[in-house]
Amino acid sequence: MAEQGFNVLKIREDFPIFSQRLSGGKPFFYLDSAASAQKPRCVIEKEIEVYEQYYANAYRGVYEFGARVDEELDGGGDREGVREKVRRLLGASSAEEVIFTSGTTMSINLVANAWGRKFLQPSDEVLITLMEHHANLVPWQRITAERGAKLRYIPLSGDGRLDLAALDELLTSRTRLVAVTRMSNVLGTVNPIDVITKRAKEQGALVLVDGAQSVPHEPTNVLDPPIDFLAFSGHKLFGPSGIGVLWGRRELLEAMDPFLCGGHMISEVYLDHSTWAPLPAKFEAGTIPIAQAIALGAAVDYVDAIGWTAIHEHEQQLLEYAWDRLTEVPGLTVHGPGLEHRGPILSFSIEGAHPEDLAQLLNLKGVFVRHGHHCTMPLHDHLGVPATVRASFALYNTREDVDALVEGLHFARKKLRLA
Amino acid sequence: MDSSPTITLEELIEEFEALGDWEAQCEFLIDLGFELPKLPPELKTEETRVRGCQSNVWMVIELKEGSPRTVEIRAESDAMLVNGLIAVLLSIYSGKTPREILAVDVQDIFHRLGLDRHLSTARRNGLHSMVQRIREFAEQAARKESHAES
Ligand SMILES: Cc1ncc(COP(=O)(O)O)c(C=O)c1O
Repeated sequence: MAEQGFNVLKIREDFPIFSQRLSGGKPFFYLDSAASAQKPRCVIEKEIEVYEQYYANAYRGVYEFGARVDEELDGGGDREGVREKVRRLLGASSAEEVIFTSGTTMSINLVANAWGRKFLQPSDEVLITLMEHHANLVPWQRITAERGAKLRYIPLSGDGRLDLAALDELLTSRTRLVAVTRMSNVLGTVNPIDVITKRAKEQGALVLVDGAQSVPHEPTNVLDPPIDFLAFSGHKLFGPSGIGVLWGRRELLEAMDPFLCGGHMISEVYLDHSTWAPLPAKFEAGTIPIAQAIALGAAVDYVDAIGWTAIHEHEQQLLEYAWDRLTEVPGLTVHGPGLEHRGPILSFSIEGAHPEDLAQLLNLKGVFVRHGHHCTMPLHDHLGVPATVRASFALYNTREDVDALVEGLHFARKKLRLA
Repeated sequence: MDSSPTITLEELIEEFEALGDWEAQCEFLIDLGFELPKLPPELKTEETRVRGCQSNVWMVIELKEGSPRTVEIRAESDAMLVNGLIAVLLSIYSGKTPREILAVDVQDIFHRLGLDRHLSTARRNGLHSMVQRIREFAEQAARKESHAES
């Protein structure tokens, strides 16, 4: 299935882990990139380069190593910094709007605390959806409760898309913020951020997009539609764990209070008060994950070099193939919408089979999938199942992975005496 | 319903050794799970549900009449592998007195069966919750007994 210029076998060679074998020389099939993606050699080597060649704390030293770390992060000389790479990735207007965090969870908590605590009033409303990951749900639950504000949910249609007909009633002048995922980590549903943003702006509400699942699979542009915040995690974008990003519109970031306080985020500290550093330092208290942030830049370069069109085409073809092959498995239901509305994520149930058994039995065949509620308990309540099995794809997956999944499911059904 | 274990611990350890690898052992556990007697639906309540498991587990523990009084355990899960693990627990604990139960080094048995290596952390935590439930029952029963003796 080689698209022009895109050769998945060549891509796989970029990822050292794919030369691993399981005990007994068995191959493995990694279908859990929605939880975390594997790392290309360039990312691993970049992290090693930092530690071996110029490691020092960031934004602290004038000496050579410290200066090099700062340059890697923020550019200088001929070097394009990571912050600038991420700005380009997101289509943002300024690298200073790119805040390094530990990941999506931290990014959303930052907005909930730094924006929510200051600007949410009793009688205000925050609107999220029934398909949100707990990372884009629980922080809003807490901050709305604390502020006496109300949390409301956009319901889902029968096929796992947002019920936009309910927007008129839910999105009103009381709504201060709409926080929504671009791609569901369970249903794969790709949500129409353009429609939601337009409606939100009409009511004067802000829009936060959880990009954890979408950023690794499609081009992102925070200016079109003009959203206000975007969060994503480096580790799902083939980068290191421990580093993520919050992008926010400058006026908002400037108006917000800091979230975490400590070193680097201050301008002046007196005994009775302090003043805040300019962006992005204001939101980067303490020592950032230095090598991880620098290696995130290598991950951005990596996807950039392959190109979104090639990535998207490959993943969609694979998704279609998986969709067709999974229908061969008796009793299997894929949750969520049809192919035209989803990214490369397939969560399913098999009648009479417990997801935990399926995942365990697939593991025996080297097929790595996730099972459980995938941090979306309200969504699973809506689906009427406590847990599902999820297979998710990334640019390095192949038809062989899908075949192994399908064979593994046949094997599991047999072991569970369903066939 | 008979709660006698479907397999003794000695048989289990022998079987695991004969099977050799986790793939075969895991399949064997699932087969054991199928042999586990079912709990009557009316016993699957919020009270008998064991928390801390990814899948549902219901467990009923009682003291049997007789002398000495032994512990009767009945349990069921909606996941078959977990039912297999329940069968393992029954082979370890069933028919023992509360004091005998408290004297069992269950971690050592899990280690000998390789379960500490092959189960995921979440699954191990679930197994641990079941063990906890049994030990708490045994502790209470043992305490009552010493009370009665003194
Ligand atoms: C949609 C979505 N949001 C948020 C998160 C949380 O990401 P992290 O654990 O990297 O903070 C995830 C990760 O599973 C996700 O899929």
